[in-house]
Amino acid sequence: MTILISNGRLIDQTGERTGDIRISSGEIIAVGDAGTLGDADVDAGSDATETVIDATGLVVSPGFVDLHVHLREPGREEAETIETGSRGAALGGFTAVVAMPNTDPTQDSVGVVDFVRQQGERAGLCDVFPAGSITIGRNGKQLTPFAELADAGVRLFTDDGNGVQDPQLMRRAYEYASDLGVTMAQHCEVESLTAGAVMHEGSCCSHLGLPGWPSIAEELMVHRDIELVRLTGAPAHFLHLSTAGSVALVRAAKADGLPVTAEATPHHISLTDELLTSYSALYKVNPPLRTMDDIDAIRAGLQDGTIDAIATDHAPHVADSKELPLDQAPPGMLGLETALGVAVAHLDMALVDIVAALSWNPAAIAGIEDRHGRPIAAGEPANLTLFDPAVSWEVVPAQLASKSRNTPFVGLPLTGRTVHTILHGEIVVRDGQALK
Amino acid sequence: MTRSLLSIAELGDVGLRRLLELSDHMAEVNRRPNPKVPALRGKTVCNVFFEDSTRTRLSFETAAKRLSADTMNFAVSQSSLSKGESLRDTIETIAAMGVDAFVIRHKSSGAPWQLGEWTNASVINAGDGWHAHPTQALLDMYTVRTALNRTVTSSAGGFDGLRVAMVGDIKHSRVARSTTEAFKLLGADITWVSPRTLLPPEHDEHVATNLDDVIDDIDVLYLLRMQNERMNEALVPSLREYTTRFGLTPTRAGRLGQDVLVMHPGPMNRGVEMAVDPGELSGNVINQQVTNGINVRMAVLFDLLGSGSEHSLAGSSE
Repeated sequence: MTILISNGRLIDQTGERTGDIRISSGEIIAVGDAGTLGDADVDAGSDATETVIDATGLVVSPGFVDLHVHLREPGREEAETIETGSRGAALGGFTAVVAMPNTDPTQDSVGVVDFVRQQGERAGLCDVFPAGSITIGRNGKQLTPFAELADAGVRLFTDDGNGVQDPQLMRRAYEYASDLGVTMAQHCEVESLTAGAVMHEGSCCSHLGLPGWPSIAEELMVHRDIELVRLTGAPAHFLHLSTAGSVALVRAAKADGLPVTAEATPHHISLTDELLTSYSALYKVNPPLRTMDDIDAIRAGLQDGTIDAIATDHAPHVADSKELPLDQAPPGMLGLETALGVAVAHLDMALVDIVAALSWNPAAIAGIEDRHGRPIAAGEPANLTLFDPAVSWEVVPAQLASKSRNTPFVGLPLTGRTVHTILHGEIVVRDGQALK
Repeated sequence: MTRSLLSIAELGDVGLRRLLELSDHMAEVNRRPNPKVPALRGKTVCNVFFEDSTRTRLSFETAAKRLSADTMNFAVSQSSLSKGESLRDTIETIAAMGVDAFVIRHKSSGAPWQLGEWTNASVINAGDGWHAHPTQALLDMYTVRTALNRTVTSSAGGFDGLRVAMVGDIKHSRVARSTTEAFKLLGADITWVSPRTLLPPEHDEHVATNLDDVIDDIDVLYLLRMQNERMNEALVPSLREYTTRFGLTPTRAGRLGQDVLVMHPGPMNRGVEMAVDPGELSGNVINQQVTNGINVRMAVLFDLLGSGSEHSLAGSSE
């Protein structure tokens, strides 16, 4: 069976043009100008079973890659499973996701990461790449077997949910990782500064009587790890930057030529701490929603390349837990199915640059640039996203593929939505519906 | 539409003045030989206290009973919440028994707002976390108004020119937030007297960092409770040092003008913020605050649940 994508607006790292794509056996076998592939082959009496996707008005891009998702399996299957999370990913246009290791058991051994990858393969909706934890059980005490995990395919290591607090241990982690071709991804938070914190420390938390989460708690660790990178030469990736100060630190580190990369979430480019005046735990997230000044700095960071990637930090939670008082509710928001819509609505950037932040940039950070985020060309793997860049829509929680409903974007206008997703040459989302 | 009392900000200027006026009627009821009226007969008020507070609970319970409402008490330690039942399920279950108002005290800021999403009954905030304690603010305003014989019925002012020093742990105090808001709505000038560590991270209030700097130029001295656990968080070095800078010591008491009102939301830390015998202070109105708590809580319950007619306060309960 082959697939013909006709008359699409093709966007990849080589630029933008209008054209047709033919896919067979998981690969792109031909790319041509608009109208040049379809009729010619029908006339030649080729494969009558060819599926034709009319991509008029749609962008066709390499599949999106999400560096930061919590799929909750194993351990918290009531909130999400790898299958339901993968379905949400596919509907959001993602063909690959990096699964965070704060599962139960933790993704700190080959057995657990193999299980996660295999569950992803069974679901068959997107490629699931498990991250490994930096420390056993994410306890911040003992390093995981980086080399064994690297042999099992792990490229990113993180204790996400927590930063590694001990600077000596973190120094050793960078040093030990430096000759293994893997990257440490840091959740930057000095925990002694955020004990009991619920929301961004500022005027809003002062009025609401809620414990504040100071920006400096993030910035101190960003600074520490930049200096550890300078010392050890090992690469670092900074997860979910949320403050203007962090963006400035990373910008300076990149100017110094250090091997650092960074991501930002859709909610940190669109939502401010003032939403907490509702006292709804839907808006509780780690790191917290901050101010408009921080949002502006993060948008600027994406624009000038200081921040390489948009990553969702998709964090499903069952409804019960989000109905707890703010100080007791767990942090986290859904993101997979809304990421593109938020990015296009809130970033004043060329579409090619938004796609870069959603596709080939994160693919490189994840170490999967040989399979995802590839140029649209003959011989390349057929992992593609087709989206309508102009459609306005609103998210309806009950219609989400995720098992959870904790999206903060209800009632907010989104722009741009995935229409079709192709994984390994197979259509997994067609007309906005998952096919399995 | 169901009305609730969640914060002074939501109550607003007009509502605040209305409740203070209504409190006068309740004070009159409370002066009667039989201080009980049938105004809320048939109404049920449920006290839901997720944090211990004997004083506030008794005050609300007394207020409800003097208006002839039925009362229910729900204490968390005796409840199924300790068995893992959610707050929402608990509230929906109690509401299904037929409750007209919930009086809620919770250690988490915002909990009364969440509760309000799940019930059609009125919700009265009896203190949430560090955030708000509107009936404390009402009783404070009522106490100052009565003691100084000020009129607050006009749409502006009432406390114009009144100089208030609020001393102590502002950051962690729902009383400080609500009472400051109420004083400002009525036109008073507030100064927060506190070390930087006990102030909210960002605010617009006037601040003094030593009680001596303001004590000669105030009309109301409002002392807050200094809690022992603040020492463990390195917010102040020691209680002794706190008293040195911010306590009402005999020396400072000697500097207080005769007419300066001294207030405290209770319970007091004797020897810390209150390092004198308050009974020896001419402007001590701390016990009046407690008494007035009944008046203003009756006013709140009547305002939310009553017929709206003050005639129903005329007869006595049989």
